[in-house]
Amino acid sequence: MDAQNIAFWLIALAMVIAAIQVVTSLNIVRAALSLVVVLAGVAAQYILLAAEFTAVVQVLVYIGAIIVLFLFGIMLTRARIGREADLDNDQRGAALVVALGLLALLVLLLRDAFGGERIGAEAPSTTAQIGDAIFATYVIPFELSSVLLLAALVGAIVIARKD
Amino acid sequence: MLLNQFLFLSAVLFCCGVYGVLARKNGVLVLMSVELILNAVNLNLVAFGTYNHTVAGQVFALFVIAIAAAEVGVGLAIVLLIFRNRRSVDLTEADLMKG
Repeated sequence: MDAQNIAFWLIALAMVIAAIQVVTSLNIVRAALSLVVVLAGVAAQYILLAAEFTAVVQVLVYIGAIIVLFLFGIMLTRARIGREADLDNDQRGAALVVALGLLALLVLLLRDAFGGERIGAEAPSTTAQIGDAIFATYVIPFELSSVLLLAALVGAIVIARKD
Repeated sequence: MLLNQFLFLSAVLFCCGVYGVLARKNGVLVLMSVELILNAVNLNLVAFGTYNHTVAGQVFALFVIAIAAAEVGVGLAIVLLIFRNRRSVDLTEADLMKG
């Protein structure tokens, strides 16, 4: 097993434990902080996939901005900081069945479809290539996403303001 | 590295997110589970991009990140509005449209 594989499995283990913590923890702040571990793990996997620009954006946007937004949301909805008994509804069993069934289905499908395919990271993509792709091939989706962000910004302010 | 190990990890994250969306009743926690799902999708996109030697996967992952930021902003604003109107973020109590 080479160093990349060892790194992958270590990070993956931490991510899975943290992801289960996010959806089962009875402490809402702990759930948010476990989400940080998952997001950082995803950034680390991007680096293993030779996608360093996406990894940096992941850290900046998710860990830097979205987690802070979540913590603001937790504080503004006056959640308790300690343990809280009623964070789950009464469909936990059904949800567990659905999630495990979906997982089994996906694993079977993926094993059939891509078993044995290897990722070669011989030529890592550069940031310049991504910039070229965004501003040439994907320039219209890029502009549309700018408009979407503006609309979401204005919409969020309109929804959340007190009047 | 195998392509499948990234896809399996992503499937596990996705199913954790699905479980969270279905089983949680706190609005903020449901939004966090949606973030798990979006991250699983992003991991898939980047893995397939590297597998096919193209940057298109990364570009789409960047778009998903931008849209996730917008989604969290609007989603948290809606949760705050529910909290202000009903004094709780319990989504099982927000059943005004139930027949």
